[in-house]
Amino acid sequence: MAKKPQLAIDTRPWRDPAAKPFVRIRNVTKKFGDVYAVSDVSLDIFKSELFCLLGGSGSGKSTLLRMLAGFEQPTSGTIEIDGQDMTEVAPYNRPVNMMFQSYALFPHMNVEQNIAYGLKRDQLPAGEIHDRVAELLSLVKLQDYGKRRPHQLSGGQRQRVALARALAKRPKLLLLDEPLGALDKKLREETQFELVKIQETLGVTFIVVTHDQEEAMSLATRIGVMNYGEIAMIGEPTDIYEFPNSKFVAGFIGSVNMVEGVVTEDEPGHVRIRSAELGCDIYVGHGVDCAPDQILWWAIRPEKIALSRDKPESTEGANVTQGIVEEIGYLGDMSVYQVRLESGKHLRVTQTNTIRGNPDAITWDEQVYLQWGDNAGSVLTV
Amino acid sequence: MSSFDTEAPAPRRRRPWTVVERGLTAIGLSGKALVIAAPAIWLTVFFLVPLAVVFGISLTVKQFGRPPYTPLLTNEEGTVQLTLHLNNYIRLFTDGLYISAYLSSIRIALISTIIALCIGYPMAYAIARAPDQWRNILLMLVILPFWTSFLLRVYALTGFMRGNGVINQFLGLFGIEPLVMMQTDFAVYVGIVYSYLPFMILPLYTNLVKLDGALLEASADLGARPLRTFLSITLPLSMPGIIAGSMLVFIPAIGEFVIPSLLGGPSTLMIGRVLWDEFFANTNWPRASAVAVAMLVVVVIPIMLLQRAQDAVQDRERAK
Repeated sequence: MAKKPQLAIDTRPWRDPAAKPFVRIRNVTKKFGDVYAVSDVSLDIFKSELFCLLGGSGSGKSTLLRMLAGFEQPTSGTIEIDGQDMTEVAPYNRPVNMMFQSYALFPHMNVEQNIAYGLKRDQLPAGEIHDRVAELLSLVKLQDYGKRRPHQLSGGQRQRVALARALAKRPKLLLLDEPLGALDKKLREETQFELVKIQETLGVTFIVVTHDQEEAMSLATRIGVMNYGEIAMIGEPTDIYEFPNSKFVAGFIGSVNMVEGVVTEDEPGHVRIRSAELGCDIYVGHGVDCAPDQILWWAIRPEKIALSRDKPESTEGANVTQGIVEEIGYLGDMSVYQVRLESGKHLRVTQTNTIRGNPDAITWDEQVYLQWGDNAGSVLTV
Repeated sequence: MSSFDTEAPAPRRRRPWTVVERGLTAIGLSGKALVIAAPAIWLTVFFLVPLAVVFGISLTVKQFGRPPYTPLLTNEEGTVQLTLHLNNYIRLFTDGLYISAYLSSIRIALISTIIALCIGYPMAYAIARAPDQWRNILLMLVILPFWTSFLLRVYALTGFMRGNGVINQFLGLFGIEPLVMMQTDFAVYVGIVYSYLPFMILPLYTNLVKLDGALLEASADLGARPLRTFLSITLPLSMPGIIAGSMLVFIPAIGEFVIPSLLGGPSTLMIGRVLWDEFFANTNWPRASAVAVAMLVVVVIPIMLLQRAQDAVQDRERAK
């Protein structure tokens, strides 16, 4: 499939060390009393990016967003937007707009008045405000709803009004706090793509806070995973999913099988790990920064494991183990198998259901072999 | 029909009120009707009936004797005669005293309400925005004066404002001539605002405490400075609280009797005092009743209509 031109993702400025970041967060710390909500976060975000801050509740992602909007002052560190230091600038003077999680639509104003609110503060002439409001209403497909009050709208419509209001002033940077959090699943999926489309059309830099990893994966040019106020990993969605840098990131994004092992061979070109839990050796086809006899973790995604009834040929006498199918979850497009290994460890394996109503599918209590490729898993030391 | 219909119903848990409920149903009453009936009966007996009595008396004329007014109904040899005198009401419009008393009462009540709003709004706002652990203490302080008798508190104000009172003694320390405060309209305003301030603060507080902080942040985010945010967001959204608080101050203030008699001078003309004088000094019960009924009509009915209109506007907007 040909990829649509995406503004930041095509040029990938974050891969260019000389590129000038649009938002520059330097060693920002925020303490509430004795609690570190955000601790020593440094982050560069580039123009036209759609950057997702992903984390559980209390991970500090919302606090970081609120500091960008100016609602919270960093305890220490600096925030620069478009080359200007924003640390001391009041929220109403920042070239930044925010879409609130609760939408925060003004209940006593209709949709048009809500959208026009920011424009009126800029003292634009009435005609221009009118045109801009009409333009935004058509952007979010709410042309016929301009005279309605927020309480007369559905959740999805309110979400779009909130987006239109936040975009009205053509901010350089748009902050979105759980933009899809209050929508039901189906609406959320539709809106996700709409959001990306709007972001691409306008070329505005988006910073999205979310706890939903699927949302982050499908929206973002890059993701910053946050944990306990710190950034655990920054990377493109594929990096985060396929090459997590820690047990936390591997476990937080998607589902993963994590096993402990001991390094038995440590060569520049490959590594061999013995895992009692798996009941076999793991042969990793690239070098790893580790030492012989070091205990480390190996993580593999469920879809990277192949199931078979017949014993497959193993490379280097590794990467094959066997177990018994205990549970099958049929999800339609794929099935999730829970396989119990001899050690008692359970592995989660997913298989795409490519054959319709397959009569020969692997079923409960069957003895199966599990196999994976040399580079299918990630070796994690932290 | 399913088999469920023929099956014996599961034994129901006996509720202690079942017997009462059954008894009520037998005489055509439900528990719901009873709950509504209790306050309805109360209001009828203690509000509507006395009001009707007052209205009745207002249509009679003063006479010497007991009661000090002519009877509404007379029975002469089997002919029941209803005599309605309207001259009490006619006098209200022809005698300048009543009209100026009404106008003066409305003026004093209105100004007091505005002052109470100007003082009460910031207080309510501050309490609503105070940290959680402080909020209840501050509210407590607002309610605290109610623990002392209203009369006592108003009387205590004379101790502050009289010629050699606390304020003048304090001013005297700086060599400032004593101010005349007692027996002036100023003292009446102080008394009314002081006494009714909690009635302004409490409804405003309940409104302001519900105000979503995210709306204020959204306003700031869209470029509004704090004053603009207050005027465009906080103030319109707190309108129901402002109206409720203003009603609670304005309505009792207009008929206030104690404060103008204790603090006001002879020039402070308020309808409550006129009413009192008619009743006790002139023992003109019919005239006093007419003054009371007219006050009800002049003040309460326009307010009710205003509120109805406001509700209608809101309903229409909701229906759009």
